[in-house]
Amino acid sequence: MVPLEWYITLSTVIFIIGVIGFLIRRNIIIMLISIELMLNAVNLSLVAFSHYLQDLKGQILVIFVITVAAAEAAIGLAILVSLYRNKAVVHTDKITEMKG
Amino acid sequence: MLPQIIFGYFAIVTIVLSLVIITRKNPVHSVLWMLVLFFHIAAIYLFLNAEFIAAVQVILYAGAVLVLFLFVIMMLNLKEELSSERFIGEWPIGVALGLSILLFIFFSIAKLAPGPLGKFTIELIQKETHTKAIGKVLYTEYILPFEVASLILLIAIVGAMVLAKKRT
Repeated sequence: MVPLEWYITLSTVIFIIGVIGFLIRRNIIIMLISIELMLNAVNLSLVAFSHYLQDLKGQILVIFVITVAAAEAAIGLAILVSLYRNKAVVHTDKITEMKG
Repeated sequence: MLPQIIFGYFAIVTIVLSLVIITRKNPVHSVLWMLVLFFHIAAIYLFLNAEFIAAVQVILYAGAVLVLFLFVIMMLNLKEELSSERFIGEWPIGVALGLSILLFIFFSIAKLAPGPLGKFTIELIQKETHTKAIGKVLYTEYILPFEVASLILLIAIVGAMVLAKKRT
């Protein structure tokens, strides 16, 4: 039997790789992919908890997370398409209109 | 011993694949490696006795979300992206920030204390089949969040169309 901590550690490592990818990449597409990576890591920990605590609520939550992830990917890519139509660039450091 | 070896294989492959994904220069390569990663994560779900979640993972993530990503990447012309720098100038700060969060969470995992066990034991789920058990909980106890999820999807459809529409 694999202990619960192993799953949580694996999920944490994937989540942090997603965070680092989001922070250091310049390409917005890869940043969106990193967000998907983070959501998958959280799903993994939810399913692991659900299995080890013998409760199905975690897996119900995973279904909702997947729903929101699909909506988020659709909206994010739509924003990307309209951004590319206006600026013809998908680099974060070239997008400075809002002076953020 | 065998479960540990299988888990070790999946853990190493998923971590290596995640690192590969965030370092590729070409987004198409990243998305295709992501496909392999999603299949491995689905296998971990099977390992955790969550067949329905594994199926949803393959259908929704590998089937829908990644195809959406590929469509958008093929629509944009990324020729000049391939010749430019892939990381931002301040990338060591990002890595240090991520690793500090990792350290923080690791200290929390050491103090992990699981709560009381629920009633869905493996024997019960095997007797009732996983999809039926999850459906019973989803359509009775969680019917309101389920309806709200449909609203979120509707907003996503309308929002994506409005955002991607050509201004006239």
